[in-house]
Amino acid sequence: MIREAAIGLAIPWAIPWAIQGAQMAVVLLLAPLLIGFIRKIKARLLRRQGPPLMQMYRDLVRLLRKEVVLADNASWLFRVIPYVIFAATWVAAALVPTFALGLTFSWSADLIAIVGLLGTARFFLALAGLDVGTSFGGIGSSREVMIASLAEPALIMIVFTLALIAGSTQLSTVAGIMQTAQIGLRVSLALALFALIIVAIAENARIPVDNPATHLELTMVHEAMVLEYSGRHLALIEAASALKLLLYISLIACVFVPWGLAAPTATPRALAVGFGTYIGKLAFGGALLAVFETSIAKMRVFRVPVFLGGALMLALLATVLMFVTRVR
Amino acid sequence: MLLVMLLAVASLIVVAAAAIILPSDLGRRLVYGASAMVSALVLVDGGWQLLAGRFPQEMVLPLTLPWLGAHFRLDALSAAFLIVVNLGAAAASVFAIGYGRHEDAPNRVLPFYPLFLAAMNLVVLAGDAFTFLLSWELMSLASWALVLAHHRVPSNLRAGYVYLLMAGFGTFALLLAFALLAGPAGYYDFAIIRASGHPSWVAGLVLALALLGAGSKAGLVPLHVWLPLAHPAAPSHVSALMSGVMTKVAVYGFVRIVFDLLGPPDWWWSMPVLALGGITAVMGVLYALMQHDLKRLLAYHTVENIGIIFSGLGLALAFKANGMYVAAALAMTAALFHVLNHMLFKSLLFFGAGAVLTATGERDIERLGGLIHAMPVTSFAFLAGSLAISALPPLNGFVSEWLTFQAVLLSPDLPQWGLKFLVPGVGAMLAFAAALAAACFVKAFGITFLGRARSTAATNAHEVDRFSLAAMLGFVVLCVLAGTLPGFVIDALAPVAHLLAGGTMPTQATIPWLSIVPVAQARSSYNGLLVFVFIAVSGSLTAAVVHRCASRAVRRGPAWDCGFPDASPITEYTAGSFAQPIRRVFGTIVFQARESVSMPRPGDTAPAQFQVSLRDLIWDILYLPIAGAVGYATERLNTLQFLTIRRYLAVVFITLVGLLFALAVAP
Repeated sequence: MIREAAIGLAIPWAIPWAIQGAQMAVVLLLAPLLIGFIRKIKARLLRRQGPPLMQMYRDLVRLLRKEVVLADNASWLFRVIPYVIFAATWVAAALVPTFALGLTFSWSADLIAIVGLLGTARFFLALAGLDVGTSFGGIGSSREVMIASLAEPALIMIVFTLALIAGSTQLSTVAGIMQTAQIGLRVSLALALFALIIVAIAENARIPVDNPATHLELTMVHEAMVLEYSGRHLALIEAASALKLLLYISLIACVFVPWGLAAPTATPRALAVGFGTYIGKLAFGGALLAVFETSIAKMRVFRVPVFLGGALMLALLATVLMFVTRVR
Repeated sequence: MLLVMLLAVASLIVVAAAAIILPSDLGRRLVYGASAMVSALVLVDGGWQLLAGRFPQEMVLPLTLPWLGAHFRLDALSAAFLIVVNLGAAAASVFAIGYGRHEDAPNRVLPFYPLFLAAMNLVVLAGDAFTFLLSWELMSLASWALVLAHHRVPSNLRAGYVYLLMAGFGTFALLLAFALLAGPAGYYDFAIIRASGHPSWVAGLVLALALLGAGSKAGLVPLHVWLPLAHPAAPSHVSALMSGVMTKVAVYGFVRIVFDLLGPPDWWWSMPVLALGGITAVMGVLYALMQHDLKRLLAYHTVENIGIIFSGLGLALAFKANGMYVAAALAMTAALFHVLNHMLFKSLLFFGAGAVLTATGERDIERLGGLIHAMPVTSFAFLAGSLAISALPPLNGFVSEWLTFQAVLLSPDLPQWGLKFLVPGVGAMLAFAAALAAACFVKAFGITFLGRARSTAATNAHEVDRFSLAAMLGFVVLCVLAGTLPGFVIDALAPVAHLLAGGTMPTQATIPWLSIVPVAQARSSYNGLLVFVFIAVSGSLTAAVVHRCASRAVRRGPAWDCGFPDASPITEYTAGSFAQPIRRVFGTIVFQARESVSMPRPGDTAPAQFQVSLRDLIWDILYLPIAGAVGYATERLNTLQFLTIRRYLAVVFITLVGLLFALAVAP
């Protein structure tokens, strides 16, 4: 920390670069821990011991070391897709402020582009489900695109609401403005938060929409698409889905509870505070998710559109409210 | 220069005449080779003029009406659309050098192809209403002849009939629009129309007629019905031209009339344009999801993209009417950028569909599958096109979608209440359409190219010739370039946006790192190049690290599929089953989709049946009653043919009295 500050004092532009680099590493390192934490809490709520916190790291390392078993008719695309999904999700996650604002490259992709990057990852994942030509892959892909066809517009409308409140679609700027007290409580913001939570649950294949822990064909969406993957490919896809969950929790945290985020010209102390609060926010978000998942049953596939349609309507209402309350 | 362009058009007409007498093999090379070269020439010239900015150039030729002459005019708008038209035409011609070899009746295609290109160029260059309408009609008729190239297929005959009716209707609406614009003095020249003001009711009527005329050619819902019939019926390179280019000429017609000739807009003009744009985008993609004919699916996506373009145009109208010229320039640039993008990826996708058709003889994706193994290059190109049309970063479709969203985000400052409610709705519809488009292209690419072959035709497929591949790969490169370096396109479109919207976006070339900034850096920026580089670097870095430090072993084995033994390809997901969840969620309302299952009793040997019925409500509610009314009226009027001489005389007499009465009453 002291050394970093010394570099920062000597060359001021180095701080944002260091923050950006640290951010890329932090999201990658913390994502499996978050999954382990959620699994642990869920297990404890069910009065089980549960796997150790670090289990997902072990799983990933083990998978990476194993050979890949490819289906006979898997194409070149099938082998490229895990890297594309991982890269797109990682880039998206690296652009969401976690512990500090003023990421060096935050201007290269705004919130709409982050939504687009997640869309790219999903597009390829759905293609992977169809590549081997099994019926499970197809069922997963077709349900995934049905869910996405409602979740994505809802997310875009949430982005519209936030952008209209903050006057910018840059996530760093949005978070910075949310930190100031002048925003206050708004109906639109509450609606957007509610919608965003629903979208986050659906997009991450969490319980009322999908069950990450099951291999029962009638209930699975995400797991069905990746059924044919093994070894390092599976490791990358699992890591990407962990990154996506982290991304959504970070997104909700940095927009709706932005307190503690270090400013772009931060002292080491502020950065440490930012990091500490970020860990706290992640733990709180993960715990909430675990409690929510434990207390609710999975819904039928064709109930999901109603659930997500609700999110879309809430987000649209929030946007319309922003339009009509602005009087020139 | 304008003269070069007109000479190029004239040479296309000469080529068309030559194609009638030449033997078909030589004719094919000559027609497509010459078309490619002439289009490339006009493309380069148009690009040069747009960058040099020597506008306007005018020319009057002693053609058409003797006292009028044919006016031709090149301004920034014409130049931009000339680039779109000729870029598409050049690639389609190169594609056709290889693809046209498989044409079974080449003499029904070759003469009309250069004529079609010439007519589209003439529409864009026309400087008076008469030349415009003449070229417009020539464009319709040439493309109609191309639609009927395979006239022995019954469905093509129907497509040609519906197309001819709708094209006639569209031209009629434009004729009335120009008649209103010409005013009491009857001026055809665009320069005079532009200079004279129009009363508000005339302007409103002209807007409605332009929406009917140009909108029916472009494919606005509910005037789109001919498009998914006619575009797939033509040979694939012509489908690419009709979908990628001719619909853009229709957009040009609308923009020319509404933004240029009609003068300063009223705010309410934007309402119908926005509403129709949003509805068209959503309906187009929902229709597309229900299709399993690859070319028809692509044609319905054209409808969707026209909706996106018209939404941008509607926003530009709203901003311009309220004096927000920078925002108007942003919306206009977004629409024009999407015009270019849609030409690129839709042509690319139709080339891909043509290649699949050549390789397998199939358009029905339910009978394809697994083509990625036999056709690796085509499948790569089609994948790139699918990513681009689904508006996914870092390709070009995302950039124009992003610019449109940025324009939507500027619209809360619009003071009118109608727009305050309509614009967020349109924004939601555009987001919805984009998500559904991604779903549709997962289906189109996944069912066609991935999985296992569903028929012997798909099993025996082979890669296509090098001309077709060159055309496809060329457009892949352009899609990537337009997606990663959008700033240059925006700057090139700046004079057009200035001409039509009255303002300019910030100059993108001065922004560091080649980012694009719609309004201000603090508000929003996007850098396609960096996003592309980030994904490429982090992906390849991951691959390198994983392969080096972990494992690179691969073993092939049978598919796992949850432990089920390998069944036949019949058990694969089909296009119909892929779209089933979406059909159940949206189709039950929009298409009145009904599923019926008849399961025979145990022991009964009858096959189990599953039937899906869809209704095209627009066709049933709007078009069938009109067709019914026309049929009824003709049957009633038919009796007029069989009157006695006395009755005919009576009819003549009554008409005469009526006319005299009208003369007497009229002032």
